Amino acid sequence: MTGQPILQVQEVTKTFGGIIALNRVSFEVREGEILGIIGPNGSGKTTVVNCITGFVKVTAGRVFFRGRDITSRPPHQIAGLGVTRTFQIMRPYYSLPAYKNLVIPLFSPRARRTGGWRGGGRMGDRNTVGIDILEEIGFERDSYVPYKVTSTLPTGYLKRLELARCLALKPELIICDEVFSGLSMSEIASMVPLIERLQMEGITLIMIEHRLRELFQVANRVMVLNFGEKLVEGSSGEVMADARVREAYFGSEAVEEVMVHA
Amino acid sequence: MSAETPSRRRERIDRGIKVRTAGLYALMSWRELSYLILPRLVLIVGLLGLPMMMPGMYWKRVISIVCIYALLAIVFDFLAHFVGLVSLGGAFFVGTGGYLSAILNIKLGLPPLLCVPGATLLGGALCTLLLLPCLPLRGVYFAIVTLMYPLLLARVIEALNILGGTDGIMGIDSFPSAWIEQYLVIVLVLVFLFGLRRLVNTDLGLVLRAVKDNDQAVRASAMNVTFYKALGVFIGASIGCLAGACLVHIYMWAGISTFALDFSVLPIAATVIGGSGTLVGPLLGCLILVPVSELLRDFGTLRIVFYSLILLGFTVFRSEGLMVFGQRKYHQFERWKSI
Repeated sequence: MTGQPILQVQEVTKTFGGIIALNRVSFEVREGEILGIIGPNGSGKTTVVNCITGFVKVTAGRVFFRGRDITSRPPHQIAGLGVTRTFQIMRPYYSLPAYKNLVIPLFSPRARRTGGWRGGGRMGDRNTVGIDILEEIGFERDSYVPYKVTSTLPTGYLKRLELARCLALKPELIICDEVFSGLSMSEIASMVPLIERLQMEGITLIMIEHRLRELFQVANRVMVLNFGEKLVEGSSGEVMADARVREAYFGSEAVEEVMVHA
Repeated sequence: MSAETPSRRRERIDRGIKVRTAGLYALMSWRELSYLILPRLVLIVGLLGLPMMMPGMYWKRVISIVCIYALLAIVFDFLAHFVGLVSLGGAFFVGTGGYLSAILNIKLGLPPLLCVPGATLLGGALCTLLLLPCLPLRGVYFAIVTLMYPLLLARVIEALNILGGTDGIMGIDSFPSAWIEQYLVIVLVLVFLFGLRRLVNTDLGLVLRAVKDNDQAVRASAMNVTFYKALGVFIGASIGCLAGACLVHIYMWAGISTFALDFSVLPIAATVIGGSGTLVGPLLGCLILVPVSELLRDFGTLRIVFYSLILLGFTVFRSEGLMVFGQRKYHQFERWKSI
């Protein structure tokens, strides 16, 4: 994985009142790689996502996407450039059937320009393209699942729907905020190949996770946050071996267990 | 919880004919076709025939007022249920549309049939512009601001003595004939009722509903939420201004009372009675409330008391609204199931 840097985060600081959520965090993501971001609860992982995607305004620092300054641009403009995100707490349109959820991103200027994932939305009917994307992401096409009202779907499908919304925008970068959390082991097992396939399609991913075992399976590099500061960055092995990471996050026993399984 | 557990419960099931008429199959028999067409036909024919059933000029005028209120109520339902904006702006829209049409008529000498569309578009744009600052916000701000503008504008006209001051603008042309006056508003109600119902099921309408459902997700979908809210407000405000423009040409007078809060409040009451989210429910609500309000005039001061009692009755016994109740009975049947 030695692509060009696609996203550069430079010295980003975010304060909420007196609380420093992020303190001069810098990192970059290279084209085609999967970067994992881990850290204990409250370490600022979701704030990083919100700062990159414009859902909160950064206090200081800059964010560049393909060399273009996107710092604190409105979220819809950043998403329009292909920097998409999922929400940790899923945000589907609960009152609509599942496939209708994708009509909205497919209606966006970006999707109308690019046709959405695989380009079908430019000429085709958005409902059909929506079902195509859902099938791609693991909704059984010939079952009733894609047609069910979203509020009746289980968590596993809602997590997939979050990813599907990103795909409908023909993304260049997907930032996944804990797509594995709340899923059963078998659901995660089917999600991992999906993530790998997205990478194969040429999409760059940032994955924020608590499920380390599965994350280390797919991530090319891992960054650790602690109390809003970057602790360490490197391959999963390097990160695990780091004494500061153990101290801040794992506890030595947990590290050994993960090392055995990874 | 009561001590005894019930041995049966009621379950609701879609009627077979409802399911059959959802697809192409509906075209295959008269029974299915009429299941789809009859309710719409009753509405259209009933509304068009209504003025002919009225005994005199007075009640024909009441029908026009029903239609004015119905337009406002449909707008309220559209904004509240499909865009997620609770609007108290009926008075704002009626006043703006009314005064604009009056100005176009008196100052520029345009005929009413040009003034009305002019006031519709100008008024829609003006109202949207004035409401734009509160559109990026979530919560009650939109409701408050839409309530504030009519109060503000009425006081401005009064204090500065502009646009006729407290006397209002008099001598506005009426529509070319009584027929046009009577049927224009009725046809407009039908056009916008069916038009909006179609709109909310298009992809654009889906985006508007998504804004109501979850605006953060719409942002994450690369869509400008404020733009789509503004578009929804423009559609709603234009229809509201259209109602106001028709009103001043019917009364041949535009005054401060076009900013009266009745125009904001009655549509909401009508929507509650008729059933929110159905678009046709608010029309039904107006068809009940406006004539009832006229009939109650005989009671003098007690009118408001009876009016309130009727509203109270509806909210207690039919809080879902008549149309929601009616549609459920039409599409579904209930049966007892032992458990």
